[in-house]
Amino acid sequence: MSLENKTLVELSKDLTAKKVSSVEVTQFYLDRIAQHNPALNAFITVCNESALAEAKEADKKIASGHAGPLTGIPYAHKDIFCTDGIKTSCGSKMLDNFIAPYDATVTTKFKEAGMVMIGKTNMDEFAMGSSNENSFYGPVKNPWDHTRIPGGSSGGSAAAVAARLVPAATGTDTGGSIRQPASMCNITGIKPTYGRVSRYGMIAFASSLDQGGPFAQTAEDAALLLNIMAGHDEKDSTSVIHDVPDYTAELNKPLTGLTIGFAKEHFASGLENDVAVVIQEAIAELQKLGATIKEISLPNTHLAVPAYYVIAPAECSSNLARYDGVRYGYRCENPKNLDDLYCRTRGEGFGLEIKRRIIVGTYALSSGYYDAYYLKAQKIRRLISNDYQTAFKSVDLIVGPTAPSPAFKLGEKVDDPVSMYLSDIYTIGVNLAGLPGMTIPAGFVKSLPIGLQLIANYFDESRLFNAAHQFQQATDWHKKTP
Amino acid sequence: MALSETDVKKVAHLARIALSPEELPSHIKNLSKIIDLVEQMNTVDTTGIEPMAHPQDITQPLRDDIVTETNQREKMQRCAPLTEAGLYLVPKVIEDRSNEASEF
Repeated sequence: MSLENKTLVELSKDLTAKKVSSVEVTQFYLDRIAQHNPALNAFITVCNESALAEAKEADKKIASGHAGPLTGIPYAHKDIFCTDGIKTSCGSKMLDNFIAPYDATVTTKFKEAGMVMIGKTNMDEFAMGSSNENSFYGPVKNPWDHTRIPGGSSGGSAAAVAARLVPAATGTDTGGSIRQPASMCNITGIKPTYGRVSRYGMIAFASSLDQGGPFAQTAEDAALLLNIMAGHDEKDSTSVIHDVPDYTAELNKPLTGLTIGFAKEHFASGLENDVAVVIQEAIAELQKLGATIKEISLPNTHLAVPAYYVIAPAECSSNLARYDGVRYGYRCENPKNLDDLYCRTRGEGFGLEIKRRIIVGTYALSSGYYDAYYLKAQKIRRLISNDYQTAFKSVDLIVGPTAPSPAFKLGEKVDDPVSMYLSDIYTIGVNLAGLPGMTIPAGFVKSLPIGLQLIANYFDESRLFNAAHQFQQATDWHKKTP
Repeated sequence: MALSETDVKKVAHLARIALSPEELPSHIKNLSKIIDLVEQMNTVDTTGIEPMAHPQDITQPLRDDIVTETNQREKMQRCAPLTEAGLYLVPKVIEDRSNEASEF
């Protein structure tokens, strides 16, 4: 088998058996990036020198018998995670000149595991977007069809793994930003339970929703990556103190006895018929593997996008107040006074969508509107969360489509933000509730990949990995490459 | 609900964002559409529902009140647009006080 299609598990075996060195693997992927990235635009920064230096260190660790399961394996980091001494742009002109002075906790954890950081991936500016068209560095192309979007906001990471430019990558998911691009690029991605992965050094968008997670070719690989990423961090007071299990421990459990629900609201109007067929076939496959399938209801599904577009912009307007042209990042030329410095720095440094969301959030939080918008949205958030808890009384997992359509055309929705927002209709509720959600390749519509979303109750990631792994043992959708 | 040009300009200034004349029409149109989307929330009665600010019902962990950070001022200021003698430089603010106060 060619190197680029090897999973982390396979690469790890080859590295341990010294069939190949980390330097060789890293150079192989750097060459692939050099060859294929110009067409895809998946990377903002490629770290040729530091990656090879890290690979040399990893080879020493392996030689001395001090290697962990993923030592020496390259990964790409979404450009939202701070990397000490390496540009961390968050896809924005505002941070185009920002060399992070410290590492995110996730970065530190991967370093400690001996993994090799090969580059920083392209993304929608400040993780706001569903198509990767909001990047200051230009859109990422979908590896399956270069005229289409890869999904967003973690589009660079998803495209890089799908095109086999790297065997693993990180992402963040505030309303679907791991699951939707993974689905549109035919790879596996998981958004863990809110608070499972430290947000320290992960540039904030909406703090009660943001959560980091991994992208990989398989569920088993994603489990290995989450083993490294998860855990309480005293630098992030919202990271939960809760034991981290070995996420690979339950992969091989049969699905017999598992009850899986599908929400009738996820198959209502808005879902493309061809996508519905693929998802129904995937559900039938899970049934064949021994799971009991049951229809459930998530009656407030239609309110998730409206509530999200109050809560996320409100939190974003507060979080992004820090970009003031004083301490770091972009500053406008020749400010007349302090007010002019703030207004023009922010007007020039932020892209259109960022300004749109900050204005929506400021409006929703402004005097006289707070109860009608922000408080109302928080009440609806409770209703949506309650719907999931009611469902989990009778099912172990919920499955359905990750996105209502396959990847759409570049430019198709750029002038219509509301239509863009609705492409996250099936993923957003999971963030509002703070639940773990995963997507796995489930089939194709007109040669474009379709993802199956799996949702579990709080801290039940092991069950997601188990069901996803069993599905991937019985199917080969995840092995298809562009 | 449609937002007027005055509304958009006022909120943009509250957020300290200068909008160019070219981008203003697109913002007015799209912000009104977003507010229409958001107002679909009004189709459901939420009387008596407790607002949910956060997904986890957890209390904040506490730690001892001791210094954990070392002084890294030089490193932290390396990415600043303008500094002098360890201070961040901004335009003079004293003269603008009366002007600033009227905007809040």
